[in-house]
Amino acid sequence: MAEVATADVAHDDHHHEHEESFWSKYVFSTDHKIIGFQYMFTGIAMALIGGYFAYVFRMQLAFPGSSVPFFGLVSPAAYNSLVTNHGTIMIFWVAMPVLIAAMGNFLIPLMIGCDDMVFPRVNRLSYQIFLLSAIVLIASFFVPGGGFGGAWTAYPPLSAMAKYNATPFGAPMWLIAVTLEIVAFLLGGINFITTVMNARAKGMRMYDIPIVIWMIVIASMLFMASVGPLVAGAVMLLFDQTLGTTFFDASAGGDPVLWQHLFWFFGHPEVYVVLLPAMGIVAEVMCTFARKKLFAYKMILYATIGLGILSFFVWAHHQFISGVDPRAAYLFTTTTLLISIPVAIMLFAYIATLYGGSIQFTTAMLFALSFLAEFLIGGVTGIWLGSSGVDIYLHDTYFVLAHFHYTFFPIAIIGTYTAIYYWFPKMFGRKMNETWGKIHFWGTIISFNCIFIPLFVLGAAGQHRRIYNYQHFPDLAGADMQDMRVFATISLVVMLLFQIPFIINFIVSLKYGEKADKNPWKANTLEWVAPSPPPHGNFPDGFPEVYRGPYEFAHPDREDDYWPQNEPGNQKPKT
Amino acid sequence: MRYAEASYSGEGALKRQPPIANSVLGMILFIMTELMFFAALVSAFLIIKSSVEAWPPEGQPRLPVFVTAINSVFLLSSAVTLFLANRSFRQDAYGDPTLKLLKATLYLGILFVAIQGFEWARLISYGLTMTSSQYGAFFYLIIGTHALHAIGAIIGLVWLYRLMKERRLKQQTFSAGQIFWYFVVGLWPILYVLVYLT
Repeated sequence: MAEVATADVAHDDHHHEHEESFWSKYVFSTDHKIIGFQYMFTGIAMALIGGYFAYVFRMQLAFPGSSVPFFGLVSPAAYNSLVTNHGTIMIFWVAMPVLIAAMGNFLIPLMIGCDDMVFPRVNRLSYQIFLLSAIVLIASFFVPGGGFGGAWTAYPPLSAMAKYNATPFGAPMWLIAVTLEIVAFLLGGINFITTVMNARAKGMRMYDIPIVIWMIVIASMLFMASVGPLVAGAVMLLFDQTLGTTFFDASAGGDPVLWQHLFWFFGHPEVYVVLLPAMGIVAEVMCTFARKKLFAYKMILYATIGLGILSFFVWAHHQFISGVDPRAAYLFTTTTLLISIPVAIMLFAYIATLYGGSIQFTTAMLFALSFLAEFLIGGVTGIWLGSSGVDIYLHDTYFVLAHFHYTFFPIAIIGTYTAIYYWFPKMFGRKMNETWGKIHFWGTIISFNCIFIPLFVLGAAGQHRRIYNYQHFPDLAGADMQDMRVFATISLVVMLLFQIPFIINFIVSLKYGEKADKNPWKANTLEWVAPSPPPHGNFPDGFPEVYRGPYEFAHPDREDDYWPQNEPGNQKPKT
Repeated sequence: MRYAEASYSGEGALKRQPPIANSVLGMILFIMTELMFFAALVSAFLIIKSSVEAWPPEGQPRLPVFVTAINSVFLLSSAVTLFLANRSFRQDAYGDPTLKLLKATLYLGILFVAIQGFEWARLISYGLTMTSSQYGAFFYLIIGTHALHAIGAIIGLVWLYRLMKERRLKQQTFSAGQIFWYFVVGLWPILYVLVYLT
């Protein structure tokens, strides 16, 4: 692949401005920034679809049997399909592309001071496969029987047999789409790790790498080490669906729990695959806006590595009621409770970073702070669910649902907004409007809590997941419970409406936002050395050289309260 | 790599050489994923196998243990010829011996896949198919996945051969291809013992 590396920078710059057409510049580009934008905009488009699905099935739960505006009557099969694809889209087509692929592509070469990924054409192929996977998934909604309706975890026999899931074409297409998406991220992950290991700026040592880059690299490693079993399971399930094999069919010598193991062996590290980039983004933003050095950089890094290793030994806590041996359940309870320690270390280190800082409440900072608060609720409720005794009662209730939305919403939505508000000036050369940003922030955060706090209560009261109409269950059909469902649904609609200011702000700021200079937030990391927006090749004035760590704020020997990584100082350079 | 070379060479200082070249590191990461993939297939196979009483099941054809053992020798020897090819490539680059050794590797790999395909055709005619039993399903799943990797490795080797003929092959590209070939070869004895012998 060596000869694949892009041509030299001066040459590219020459061509870039004058000769490249729209197609070669924005569609078939090998530039990491363009590929990052492609991932980001595809992810945002998919988020709109996933949000629309959530709106439809929440409306059905709040007002069962009535026609949903912009959709119509929701049939039980459509309900299953909507729930399944909401989960699938939000995890595989929103959280992963935006947090890892888009942010990784955009940030890695800029923050480590090089001009592009080491395998640019592999990078482009990665996005093309990803786009194909999204097209396959969207196409599956329109085949006879509709999109896959066997839940995003796709447990057999429900997922394996068309007579149960009633989606003979949707189910295989869903599997193919997921597998393609995974191949795309595999190619991306190889690129990320190799680039960070081999193409760093001169003088950038391991501990000078910004923490967000470390987090993306560790997340890529987790992904690559865990994804093999899911692909193996997906191939076997696809054969069960299409060729008539019986890998997961208990009546013919197969084992349905085997799928659960293969799925969750990937599925649990996957949680950390999306968590870590969001944690890294939040760390960058908090350091810049608290004007303080990241507290315990090395401790955070080691805790992350520990977290990554532990995450491979907790998967069976998703299966406590699937017939897992109680002794094994005890072991997995222990590892699950252990894994809260590294996360707690990271959260405490973040809070210590804030302590004594001169905090600027920009929109990005507000989102970063709310990430800590909301994720904490998700983490603490996870401790109850991780204990096998409690989980037997709470399993598959709305308590679980509210718990993982309190982790995934901060990760996928709040993390993304943090990144967009913070790096928007670098991406597009203009700032977003802060007033509208704050309106967007408060509207989103308050309505988010209003959606999911009632669901915790409902879940603890025994409301089971994946039920089309609670009016059929006398114990769950009480007026007080229905009121809470209506309240949650109205909150969801309010939250979706509060995304409109963001979209308008985004589009208007692209054209009319306040112009941003190279370093509008006065941050230290290398991406702020490049012009805003960076040209092809990133650093037209020569590649930066690194003299210190990424978080040297408020150094006593300096007049400025920040000290960019590439600025030589009175200290001896480290290399 | 280019960053390292392009950005620092002008300063007269040392060029930064990454300890592991890009293509090689990328290939190692890819193979890490592949190993987990095969580990999952094998563990699924062992779980299903351990839960039944008779393995292989009654009334199902037996696998061709002896022919496959001989076939394994072909595959294993292809790793040796590829090793020699790389050594010769380091010594006299695009010389004749390198090309010959690479060609020998290629033929051994094709021979392995061809014999496997022939045996598969016989097994199918005896009634061992994906749907005839768990035994057949796992045989075709695991050995078939390996065969697909072997075919991929052969295509990769053809590509290397073409690059070498055009005198454009770089050492790190060769090494990356070599690592993938070793992966396909090294995996085979494990799968042979697990699927054919036990």
